[in-house]
Amino acid sequence: MTAAIETDDLHVVRGDRLALRGISLAIQAGRVTGLLGPSGSGKTTLLRAIVGVQVIESGHVRVLGEPAGAAAVRDRLGYTTQARGLYDDLTVSENVRYFAQVFGARADRVADALETVRLTDLADRVVRTLSGGEQARTSLATALVARPAVLVLDEPTVGLDPLLRRDLWATFRTLADEGAALVVSSHVMDEAAYCDDLVLLRDGAILARGAPDELRAQTQTDDLADAFLRLIERDVREGARA
Amino acid sequence: MSAPLVAATAVRVLGQLRRDPRTIALVFIVPCVLLALLKYLFDEQPETFDRIGVPLVGLFPLLQMFIVTSVTMLRERTSGTLERLMASPLAKLDLLAGYGAAFALLATVQATIVATFALAALELDTSAPAVAVIALAAANALLGMSLGLLASAFARTEFQAVQFMPAFILPQLLLCGLFVPRDRMLDALEILSGALPATYAYDALETLASDGALGDGGMLDLAVVLGVTTVALVLAASTLKRRTA
Repeated sequence: MTAAIETDDLHVVRGDRLALRGISLAIQAGRVTGLLGPSGSGKTTLLRAIVGVQVIESGHVRVLGEPAGAAAVRDRLGYTTQARGLYDDLTVSENVRYFAQVFGARADRVADALETVRLTDLADRVVRTLSGGEQARTSLATALVARPAVLVLDEPTVGLDPLLRRDLWATFRTLADEGAALVVSSHVMDEAAYCDDLVLLRDGAILARGAPDELRAQTQTDDLADAFLRLIERDVREGARA
Repeated sequence: MSAPLVAATAVRVLGQLRRDPRTIALVFIVPCVLLALLKYLFDEQPETFDRIGVPLVGLFPLLQMFIVTSVTMLRERTSGTLERLMASPLAKLDLLAGYGAAFALLATVQATIVATFALAALELDTSAPAVAVIALAAANALLGMSLGLLASAFARTEFQAVQFMPAFILPQLLLCGLFVPRDRMLDALEILSGALPATYAYDALETLASDGALGDGGMLDLAVVLGVTTVALVLAASTLKRRTA
């Protein structure tokens, strides 16, 4: 099976530092891949490279068999930025409708998308007046309205309460079950348990990867947050010895 | 370029403005109030008001569309929506043409209101046909919009974007011939004013006001305004990068 997203020895320079140092990974369709790591570890940069808006220094990124950012792939890719990326002065349905038009989705998909994120009742509310959680769901609706094959979501659950986070992860699960490839970043380690595959970034490089159970076994702990702390500490010790 | 996407973008931009009725009221009412102020300021020199009335009606859209456009596009850059659009199938030209259609419409409504107010309520005495004044006002609005789109690329905050108006537009208005006829300027300033697009916007309006028609000179002025608009739009498009560092 070919991967939905492949990166090969990806290097990115931001400012005067190396933000990504040789990232090679394959992300499969039908799965939720969690991209985890501390702030500044390169998660956003990697997601930007996948959606094709990041200038890259060297290496390759392919999405659905095409070079990232190619016209042939842009209409099959949904993307939300950490800063929600909504028009605050428009209503929920106006936002979703605009993105539906941009992606060439049928008009009746707007109602479906609102249903998926359970915002039908708030369709006519202006985004500016919504809570953080409602804005996060609106942002997700604008990204999934055209039923993209690949969904790239940058910290979609940041700042939300645990109940809402659980609901959003359940929605991600549904979308993956329908066949989409989801890449979801988070700096909250305990969200790792919701993912099928995990990629832990630290300092622009992949520190660990695998299914949650594999990482638990590797670090001999049941708690994924603990597992990541142990991996990071081991990395720091090895770095100090080298 | 795709007509449905241009239309969708124009509707979206107008929708954003519609939710900000105070801005729309300011765009429509402020020029009327300022013109009324000038009318009574020149109470004892009605010929002065008649001389500057038509050019002012046609120049307000340039000023205001510059500010409104640069702030709207800056918000697009800072809110993350531009990054999302750059990752989407939307062509840059669809985005810019959508902005153009939305602001040209807004400017036409503005010019219609302001021109009607000046002619009917303020009894502006001119031989210029109202329709021609409104058409020139719309062309100047497009000039202001394209310069605003370009300027927004160099602003990091809304404060900076607003300050670009006195920095880039006000000097053009001072030098365009409205305050001092160009042939009575210092040579250096006259040459400088010849390099600024607002000079041609003013000249076309002034010709229309004094002759009642554009004539060859006025048509040439209009061509310069539309040409500079196109160049500014192309430059603005080049500042919209799909990939950024």
